[in-house]
Amino acid sequence: MAAPTQRRIIFQHIDEAGYSNDLGCYVRHGGYEVLKKSVTRPPAELIDEVKKSGLRGRGGAGFPCGVKWGLVDRKSGKPIYLIVNADESEPGTFKDRYIMHQDPHQLIEGTMISCFANNVKQAYIYIRGEMPHGARILEKAIAEARAAGFVGQNICGTTYSCDIFVHRGAGAYICGEETGLIESLEGKRANPRIKPPYFPAVLGLYQCPTIVNNVETLCHVKYIVEHGGDAYTKIGTPNNTGTRIFCVSGHVQRPGYYEFEAGKITMGQLLNDVCGGPLPGRKFKAVIPGGSSAKILRFGERFKGKRKVGAEMVDYDWGVEDVPMDFDSLGMIGTMGGSGGVIVMDDTVNMVEALANINAFYSHESCGQCTPCREGSLWMKKITTRMVHGHARPEDAALLKSVADQIPGRTICAFGEACSWPTQSFIAKFGDEFKQYPETKKTAKPAGAHELV
Amino acid sequence: MIAPPKPDLVTVNIDGKEIAVPKGTNVIEAARLVNVDVPHYCYHPKLTIVGNCRMCLIEMGMPAVDPATKAPIMDPATGKQKINWIPRPQIGCGTNVSPGLHVKTTSPMVKDAREGVMEFLLLNHPLDCPICDQAGECKLQEQSTGYGRGYSRFVEQKNVKPKRTQLGPRVTLDDERCILCSRCIRFSKEIAKDDVLGFVDRGSYSTLTCFPGKQLANNYSLNTVDICPVGALTSTDFRFKMRVWFLKQTNSLDTETSVGANTVVWSREGEIYRITPRRNDDVNDTWMADSGRELFKSLKSPDRLSANANIDALVTAAAELFKANSGTGAIAVVGSGRSSVEEQFLTKKLAVALKATTSLVSRVGQGDKLLISADRNPNVRGALVTGLIAALPSQKLTDLAASIDAGKVKVVVSVGEDLAAAGLTAAQLAKVSLVYLGTHANATSAAAKVVLPTLSVFEKNGTFVNQQFRLQKSAKAVPGPQGTTDDLIVLAKLATAAGATIASDLGSIWKLLATEIPVLGPITYANLPETGLLLDSTPFAALPFVEGETLHYKPAAPAVAATA
Amino acid sequence: MNLQPATLQSIDEVITHYPVKRSATLPLLHLIQEDIGYLPPDTCEWIAAKLELQPINVLEVITFYPMFRQKPIGRRHVKVCRTLSCALMGGYKTCEQFEQEFNTHRGEVSPDGEVTVDFVECLASCGTAPVVLIDDDLHEKVDCAKAKQLSDQIKAEAKKR
Repeated sequence: MAAPTQRRIIFQHIDEAGYSNDLGCYVRHGGYEVLKKSVTRPPAELIDEVKKSGLRGRGGAGFPCGVKWGLVDRKSGKPIYLIVNADESEPGTFKDRYIMHQDPHQLIEGTMISCFANNVKQAYIYIRGEMPHGARILEKAIAEARAAGFVGQNICGTTYSCDIFVHRGAGAYICGEETGLIESLEGKRANPRIKPPYFPAVLGLYQCPTIVNNVETLCHVKYIVEHGGDAYTKIGTPNNTGTRIFCVSGHVQRPGYYEFEAGKITMGQLLNDVCGGPLPGRKFKAVIPGGSSAKILRFGERFKGKRKVGAEMVDYDWGVEDVPMDFDSLGMIGTMGGSGGVIVMDDTVNMVEALANINAFYSHESCGQCTPCREGSLWMKKITTRMVHGHARPEDAALLKSVADQIPGRTICAFGEACSWPTQSFIAKFGDEFKQYPETKKTAKPAGAHELV
Repeated sequence: MIAPPKPDLVTVNIDGKEIAVPKGTNVIEAARLVNVDVPHYCYHPKLTIVGNCRMCLIEMGMPAVDPATKAPIMDPATGKQKINWIPRPQIGCGTNVSPGLHVKTTSPMVKDAREGVMEFLLLNHPLDCPICDQAGECKLQEQSTGYGRGYSRFVEQKNVKPKRTQLGPRVTLDDERCILCSRCIRFSKEIAKDDVLGFVDRGSYSTLTCFPGKQLANNYSLNTVDICPVGALTSTDFRFKMRVWFLKQTNSLDTETSVGANTVVWSREGEIYRITPRRNDDVNDTWMADSGRELFKSLKSPDRLSANANIDALVTAAAELFKANSGTGAIAVVGSGRSSVEEQFLTKKLAVALKATTSLVSRVGQGDKLLISADRNPNVRGALVTGLIAALPSQKLTDLAASIDAGKVKVVVSVGEDLAAAGLTAAQLAKVSLVYLGTHANATSAAAKVVLPTLSVFEKNGTFVNQQFRLQKSAKAVPGPQGTTDDLIVLAKLATAAGATIASDLGSIWKLLATEIPVLGPITYANLPETGLLLDSTPFAALPFVEGETLHYKPAAPAVAATA
Repeated sequence: MNLQPATLQSIDEVITHYPVKRSATLPLLHLIQEDIGYLPPDTCEWIAAKLELQPINVLEVITFYPMFRQKPIGRRHVKVCRTLSCALMGGYKTCEQFEQEFNTHRGEVSPDGEVTVDFVECLASCGTAPVVLIDDDLHEKVDCAKAKQLSDQIKAEAKKR
């Protein structure tokens, strides 16, 4: 069955000819009308719409946004902060970039609506340091919005005031972790905090209740408030509502960003129909469906079980191509929807080298606070690098798995899982390739293969 | 005295043992109370919780209740309430007890977690044990033996970091040994209030550093050495001097100031090698000042006094001076705020027998709000309690100087105080016959007719009353050098020679103290707890003590305005 | 600290964005680095005095975040992404090409002082891999041919100066 067509809600105006990122263009396209209406409604109503919508965070964890907002401590008397997580750094992910560069006012409107709903008077956009143009574009957009009364004092002529400041990061992936982000915003090393007790909803920025939401999530909030939570649930699939922006990269003919209803497109449709299939003369070998932290899938694997469809339990028997792209289905087959970053590898790729590349990333980005991640991520990197550039041993596969098994669940933050799941899943799915690597590395690389580490 | 209110108690179950602990206790402390050891590195009872070493991971569970009715859900197998065990291990340091909390410290999950963390900690740790001072008291050694796997699977190159940097005048840093627990950073910031330490770089390359150009030089820098669980921070003075398992530990006190910080003196074969703090949650927590650790350095200095004759001959010589000046007030006794309670008691007995006036020399300095109080005498309050003095000592011995000039006082007995430093001129010293008891040579001992060399606090037993009016005891760590005699023996002999026969052993002295000093009634030296005992201070409440606020001490009421 | 008046103005303005001064550490470091080109040795003390911190607090931050540098670099900064998607599309070759064009190695200043080539981690533009950030500008689909093109451009711009 051919792939469905894209449903460009968030990316409606991305790459549109003639669409510019200034306020005038945004307003001409109906911009800020939703904000104008929102500030006349009871904030609790807006939160309710988001809860009804079933919106799940688009940063990678997929945590229900309405639930997150519901956890905020509103009784402490402390100011409530909202931070836009624009630190897009998950390898394979490239969607927030386009929202911020090409349609920044959509983000600002979504942010302001969310701030109003949660009685937030001060918001920050934490944008990664490597997007300096993006920071400038956002600052300009905020200034325009402020001048027009959409940001700052007396929003849309009401007594509600809320300002936004842009805060640039400086090259650390761990700033994408919500408590790491908060520490970085406070001007310190981005060491994530222990939870309990430092749940951002209770003890966040400056020990005040804080909401941290992804860029895309806030844009969905704007859509939900405009059309209603119930209407949003009609998009996508139950428990995986709305659209997802899939970022496909690697060995496909047409890599890029594509917005589809969650769960209504399969991996095969996405990679073959939408992205044109593998490069000429090549075959798909592996795919990481949700950013490099997600567990890898091997083409040829099969997944069997029972799942809930409507009110019934139904059998499923899927190859990788058959897996619907939504949080729950991907979670069910042992990986995750994550940030939507789909990285495709074909048969020119040696999995040991691919893992070595990924391990080098995680060991570089580990904040170093807690023992298992700090030492484990570097150890795994040293093993895989040694295998590629030095002496590889057949027992290294079992060693890698054993090291990786000692990390998840034992760390302060989810980076423990993020750095160990690749190793665990690569060994699980491609264990033979690791065991045979001492021999394989002596032979010539396939044509078209690139150095990966 | 109103008894403190009973803290809210919470019942928890640790490895099958039930215990009620105060609300707010963390799981590591709760486990300690049932003799269950939860290994840890970054946790310290007196510092903020960071939860980064992950060694204290244990299995936890809460009793299952029906979410709607809150009724307990029972486990048919055991007949007891079902426990929902959390599938991931939790850190013990960061978890405070809650009612019904169940903890397992010996399950396979915990064993595996500990082996994993140990393996990771040892991964980049250098094999320095043979040359590392921490050996024998190293948490890494202890916990890898107790909870580690026992072998290494690491075949790559370990990280290289700066070794043996001088972090400050007293502390040496070896960055390769550092396990990045951050205790030293937290201590410097939170307790010493000297934020100079931090981690630079990232991940496994994180390195403990002092800001370039600054030093870890505050008067509490050596506490970082005490709390460092490994041999990363070591004492420069103690470096390579002695293996800790050869050292004998003696409980003692820091006699620098009236704080009375509890200490441990480490010695071997009569030689002291180092002093470390001893935990007392009411006095000094787990800290002491660097300056207090150096007090033993002068024990063998060239100016240490040694008797040039047998002690009895010296006492006889002193007795002759006494007999020749037997009028009331002809003799002045200068006691010391650095003497123990027992010595001050005997000094008073001596003064009474000699019909002598008594005074003390005050020592006042700047308090540092932590463990150095403004009163540099450790035991002025002991002198008050024993009745040696009735008012606080003055800075200079002006009254005594006047009496000497007036020709009233002919003999001065000084117990360890240099009268020249206390304001007496050389002329005044020359006018009187001096009897000096002390440890080191000074102007007074040089001018004295009789010098009776005595012992330092490390060489004798005694009790001291600190600024809180807490009676604490200090034990003898090493014997005094040849030619010295215990102060109690000397004072007892002098008193006996003056006509007031008195024994010199602690048991007899304390019997007398108990009968003569009401506030010391039920106490004996033997039954005094190691963490001390608060005395009733109401008889002295009106005195203008000089101390300001320090750790665990707030002055009672605004001090009476001092007149010049 | 020899900063331009405009920078000092921006610094004072940005500090007002936060209720706690320490938060301005990263913005100040960016502003100083953009002005001077790197962070000179007195940066820590200067910022510490400005934000009522201790110098070690600033040093900890500088060394944690890879974008901050304490030594000067070449006049142009060529940052090549090395993470998986770009590597799969030949990112390592791209980096080699730049190194060859300027006769330099990663992390060093090229002999003509024009360029420093560095690897960086994922730049969030994986669909157009291999990706290169030259100063503030993102360049997409930079294969060896385009790397040569961009290098020629850098050299041409250098001549004009």
